[in-house]
Amino acid sequence: MSVEAPRILPGRVVRSPRGRVALRVERRPFVVGCLLVVLVVLLAIVGIATGDYPLSPREVVETLLGGGDPSSAFIVETLRLPRVVCALLVGGALGLAGAIFQSITRNPLGSPEIVGFTWGSAAGAVLVITVIGSSTGAAVSGGAVLGGVLSAVLVVGLAWRHGIQGYRLVLVGIGIGLVTRAFTEYLLTRARVEDAAQAAVWIAGSLNGRGWEQVRPLALALVVLVPLALTLGRTLRALELGDDAARALGARVDSGRLALIGVAVALTAVATAAAGPIAFVALAAPQVARRITRGSGPGLLPSLLMGALLLEASDCAAQRVWPAQQLPVGIVTGAIGGIYLAWLLASEWRGRRSG
Amino acid sequence: MTEADGGATPAEGGSDAPARLSGSGLRLAYDDRLVVDGLDVAIPDGSFTVVVGPNACGKSTLLRALSRMLKPRGGSVLLDGADIRSQPAKAVARRLGLLPQSPTAPDAITVADLVGRGRYPHQKLLRQWSPDDERAVSEALAATATTDLAERAVDELSGGQRQRVWLAMVLAQETPLLLLDEPTTFLDVAHQIEVLDLCADLRERHGRTLVAVLHDLNHACRYATHLIAMRDGRIVAEGDPSEIVDAALVERVFGLACRVVPDPETGTPLVVPAARRSRVG
Repeated sequence: MSVEAPRILPGRVVRSPRGRVALRVERRPFVVGCLLVVLVVLLAIVGIATGDYPLSPREVVETLLGGGDPSSAFIVETLRLPRVVCALLVGGALGLAGAIFQSITRNPLGSPEIVGFTWGSAAGAVLVITVIGSSTGAAVSGGAVLGGVLSAVLVVGLAWRHGIQGYRLVLVGIGIGLVTRAFTEYLLTRARVEDAAQAAVWIAGSLNGRGWEQVRPLALALVVLVPLALTLGRTLRALELGDDAARALGARVDSGRLALIGVAVALTAVATAAAGPIAFVALAAPQVARRITRGSGPGLLPSLLMGALLLEASDCAAQRVWPAQQLPVGIVTGAIGGIYLAWLLASEWRGRRSG
Repeated sequence: MTEADGGATPAEGGSDAPARLSGSGLRLAYDDRLVVDGLDVAIPDGSFTVVVGPNACGKSTLLRALSRMLKPRGGSVLLDGADIRSQPAKAVARRLGLLPQSPTAPDAITVADLVGRGRYPHQKLLRQWSPDDERAVSEALAATATTDLAERAVDELSGGQRQRVWLAMVLAQETPLLLLDEPTTFLDVAHQIEVLDLCADLRERHGRTLVAVLHDLNHACRYATHLIAMRDGRIVAEGDPSEIVDAALVERVFGLACRVVPDPETGTPLVVPAARRSRVG
């Protein structure tokens, strides 16, 4: 393994002895990525340590490494760890899906909740809760995945014209999103009060009471989806140059983009199935990551880490700032994200006017 | 003068080997609109071939078919003797490069990063940067005189600089064949000449075969070693511009009355449109 500096491009090239593996790593995104990992770990420890029965960070680390007394082991492993892991996985999946969608649509607003897939998932889950009357986690999650995938098929099908164009995807997606949202609200008005209340909590997006039964299927899905997304990242970089240039470089434009959309939809669907439609993480994480890394590419890994960090931070805030209320985390991300979105639009608009 | 009826043999170069890039029986259409019907063309190896013709004559459509951006309804494009659409996309991209008409640079991308992306067809998932990539990128920057811009953001550059950078990206692809779709559109005249000089250099010094669609007939006559004049989806004439361009051809292709005089700088044909008075008369 050797590290050398290319003369023209920034960064370092990490090369295996016979040159079979050679990856170029840019310095700033690398440093930012490492910092994000450290912050995520620290925040996770804080998340596990605090609560009605506080633990010291040392106790948390000891327990995680297999030591500690039985009571703290119960608190960490059964009560708090699954919630924290769930937040990290959901946030990471949403950040990654958002980065893919924003790159494909060439639009900072082209994230899954704006393009309507999240509302498709919500419609599916609410349908299960209110009409079928089932409130078991597996049934609701299944409904969410199915709803998300169906709405994605509908959006891509309607937006398809000689391949997929970003702005058509966004516009058709907004339309389908409004329809599925209206359908969801119709279901709520027809539902029994108890079902409607339960559905409303689900729609806000919450990590309350998330256990290993939510984490396990999510983790399994991500083990497949994340490497797939990172592999397709090269196609995404080529697609950024426009369809003609990408095709001329030998990238598979239509099938590549379809595969990327499929992966991003799957990421959104499994995340939504685990925690409900959590707002704004997919929208904000890639934008924040891009500004911090100052990278030009889609920045998939930084977006994933940033998503995990944002959601875990929001969940800590939701639990600690108003401990009595058990605030759904989706409300916190929605509030933070709304402010961020307003700032983003205002600054971009101003930049464009002055530029 | 070579009238385009056979079209299967290169018009120049003296080689009997078939051209590396050719099309036969091409039927090209957008949706229901047939633009080209039954066209044969061969790009002479080592030439700077320029395609000219009036708007909507099918010249850009032909270039899109030759660069596999457009799937022909009939006929086929042959690259090194095999149908271009049956060959692996990356294998084609290592031999045939294209500068599209309006490529888009991602926000905030630097010149070096953009040019580096031209190496895509030479890279693998786990081998993303090799000494060859390094050399190709620095040569492409040097050939287009953009080495000093390497660290700059592409969106800060002037139109002429940006076009040179995009050319550098296509050069970094290191393909023996280079297709350029209206590379001088939107550039002022000095930058147009700069880009065309660069193209001529690429052919003369680096031995590349170039095909470009150009609007300016006089630029085409000066720089092309092989001119293809199209009208209504057919090739009206092709060959060395000095041999084929005369007033009759310009009238036939563009419907423009003109005189053709020798270019005082190069001796190539210079098309001077007739004054309004004489056209009316």
